[in-house]
Amino acid sequence: MMAEAGLAALWLAAALAGLQFILGAAGLARGRDALMGAVRPVAVVQGALTAIAFACLIIMFVQVDLSVKLVIANNHSAKPLLYRIAGAWGNHEGSMLMWVTILAVAGAAVALFERRLNERTLIATLAAQAFIGLGFYAFLLFASNPFERVFPAPTEGNGLNPLLQDPGLAFHPPTLYLGYVGLSVAFSFAVGALVTRDVGPAFARAMRPWVLAAWIFLTLGITAGSYWAYYELGWGGWWFWDPVENASLMPWLAATALLHSVTVLATRDGLRAWTVMLAVVAFSMSMVGTFLVRSGILTSVHAFAVDPQRGAFILGLLVLYIGGALVLFGLRVGTVKEGSQFEAVSREGALVLNNLLLSAILGVVLVGTLYPLMAEAMTGEKLSVGPPYFNSAAGPIALLLIVAMGAGPLLRWRRDDIKPLVMRLALPTLLTAIAFLAFTLFGPPIGIFPLLGLILAAGVAAASIAPLWKRNLRRTPLFTWGMVIAHLGIAVALVGMASETAFTKETLVAARPGETHQVGPWAVRFDSVDPVAGPNWTAVEARLSATRGDAAPRTLITQSRMFYAPPTETNEASITSVLDGQLYVVLGNADDQGRWQLRLWWKPWVTLIWLGGVMIALGGLLSLIGRVVRERRNHMATEAYA
Amino acid sequence: MNRRTVRFVLWVPLILFLLFVATFATGLIKPESRVIPSKMVGKPLPEFALPPGAPGSAGLAHKDFTQGQPRLLNIFASWCVPCAAEAPQLLQLANAGVPIDAIAIRDRPEDVARFLGRWGNPYQRIGSDTQSAVQIAMGSAGVPETFVVDGKGIIRHQHIGEIRPEDVPAILAAVKAAQ
Repeated sequence: MMAEAGLAALWLAAALAGLQFILGAAGLARGRDALMGAVRPVAVVQGALTAIAFACLIIMFVQVDLSVKLVIANNHSAKPLLYRIAGAWGNHEGSMLMWVTILAVAGAAVALFERRLNERTLIATLAAQAFIGLGFYAFLLFASNPFERVFPAPTEGNGLNPLLQDPGLAFHPPTLYLGYVGLSVAFSFAVGALVTRDVGPAFARAMRPWVLAAWIFLTLGITAGSYWAYYELGWGGWWFWDPVENASLMPWLAATALLHSVTVLATRDGLRAWTVMLAVVAFSMSMVGTFLVRSGILTSVHAFAVDPQRGAFILGLLVLYIGGALVLFGLRVGTVKEGSQFEAVSREGALVLNNLLLSAILGVVLVGTLYPLMAEAMTGEKLSVGPPYFNSAAGPIALLLIVAMGAGPLLRWRRDDIKPLVMRLALPTLLTAIAFLAFTLFGPPIGIFPLLGLILAAGVAAASIAPLWKRNLRRTPLFTWGMVIAHLGIAVALVGMASETAFTKETLVAARPGETHQVGPWAVRFDSVDPVAGPNWTAVEARLSATRGDAAPRTLITQSRMFYAPPTETNEASITSVLDGQLYVVLGNADDQGRWQLRLWWKPWVTLIWLGGVMIALGGLLSLIGRVVRERRNHMATEAYA
Repeated sequence: MNRRTVRFVLWVPLILFLLFVATFATGLIKPESRVIPSKMVGKPLPEFALPPGAPGSAGLAHKDFTQGQPRLLNIFASWCVPCAAEAPQLLQLANAGVPIDAIAIRDRPEDVARFLGRWGNPYQRIGSDTQSAVQIAMGSAGVPETFVVDGKGIIRHQHIGEIRPEDVPAILAAVKAAQ
């Protein structure tokens, strides 16, 4: 019953999306208010219906309804409740349904809450959102139906990949998708404004909160995903430049650039065409990322049948939406008058630099991700582009960007002079110089990149706080606080990344119980190995105790787990966090002489990477609250005068 | 920038995007590009020593391939459906006198035993590679794959994917060539 209800809701929602598009398009073309008036309610009902379909899917997974193909493939009655729920989106069809749900619910939210935008532009925006929805509904209903039934029903499901049975991964896809798909709103706004020729500060102010909200989720999703890869895969790394990771990083880079350019448009009415372009690019990157991950074009382990038809379907959607938006851009943006001019040395100038550098990094990542595929298409040769390329190509640009980030907020709008800027930057520069001397004189020898990262982080942290200098902190607007905290978060994350690269100590030993091994400042004693059993796995568990100096020893527990649904082996790393870093231990296999492989890492300050990520998102949240509250207040004030 | 340049610049994003689409369309149309040939063909086997992959079977080490006779090394798993599809062809090769050893990928001995009981056992030795370490060292990207190794332990030929009935003559020819 649930499957049929979900499918029916999905078909209805698809029909409403069609109606929403036709009503909006016809209303705009004919100038009929009656038609346009119906668009908002239709958008809200469409969002509610997809939410119902998604709820049906989750209920089927919680109940382990084994007459449904998707549940059989990704569920098992022995799984804990959280992973039965997460199983609903831990697979292709379910995650695509989540994608469509967020798309429709975001459209419904715009219909409900957006009151500031010119009504015609809003209707065009909702029509564009419905048009995007149509394609993805078709993809779900014709090429990845999550509600397909199987007869006769088997007695047990296949389970969920054990790597995915982790609380981090239960929350990582939803946050990431909220970010990915939330950017569709910016895309629709851009298309809507192009259609009604309404690109200006009012449009930018209306779009900004939506971009911010999507960007916050994207930041959290990437941070959580990175931490998951770090502790669950047991390889000791936090970013692998894997195509799937890049697929999430590229929309983030575009959205970050968009956040900054939209501010120029809202505040100074500059960068009109560029902002519209970025809004199109940001969601295009989300769709390209989805395509890369979903088409199987990047994975080539032939034990999993990949479906080129699905890839072709998504590619068709990309052509339709991205191609269509770019054609509209080419035709219309020429008629968008360029906004006001500004000097090179000004807040706008710094923001343009930010945008150029972010776009350059985006280009580097895009080329690195696609180059192997391009090369294969042209020459048939298989090759892969590894971290060395990304680090050496994107690293220097990122460091430049961070320097610009320190200086930008200290500049005035429109025009500024070099001299006062130098004065304002004196203290951060001094700090950078002191850090440089301290590291080169007293620190261990480290590579040039980590060194630059660490000293720049010191300076930029100071420069980030500088906008609060000599201000009445109680009267400083919330979005200024948000900017300061987000920029500080970048500096904090940079310290974590540079330290992880520069100071990590690693040792691989074959140890017998009772032995003690040294890693960095820690003495790790290997106490015991015992078998243990969990709800749906059995494991070999090693217990170790780690001591540093004369502090009390800490117990470490690491496991090598065997899951039985489906049968897989995973390594559960033991991670001990202390104030200045993490001790990371992985248990490997035994040899025939009773020795166990142990991998020990001491990673100073590594935790700052994710703390920085959370700070960046928190800064975004403060900005969002500040903007919304201020808009409300202005709205109330104008209402009072009216 | 004069007006014509500006107008042209506006279309650059679209042109770039269409290039991207063209590349991927070719990538999607060519399904055979799923295959990654190993760079190890013509090179000696990597050194390895694997524990037994099935109850009662011997383990497998690279030294087992330097006995002067060419052997097949089949990379398989009990959880892999195409592996079951190629089982009759492997039995046919074993009956034709070709010695076959196997590496079970990310598998458990009892599951391998069940798989062999169901589809027949063409193997002389089975090693268990729980972390795909040897598989990766062999340059193999998936299961099933079959390597022809000559009597000196040099990899002579790689067959990617399941061995279909029409592939058997080619495998036999590769074994003969490796004599």
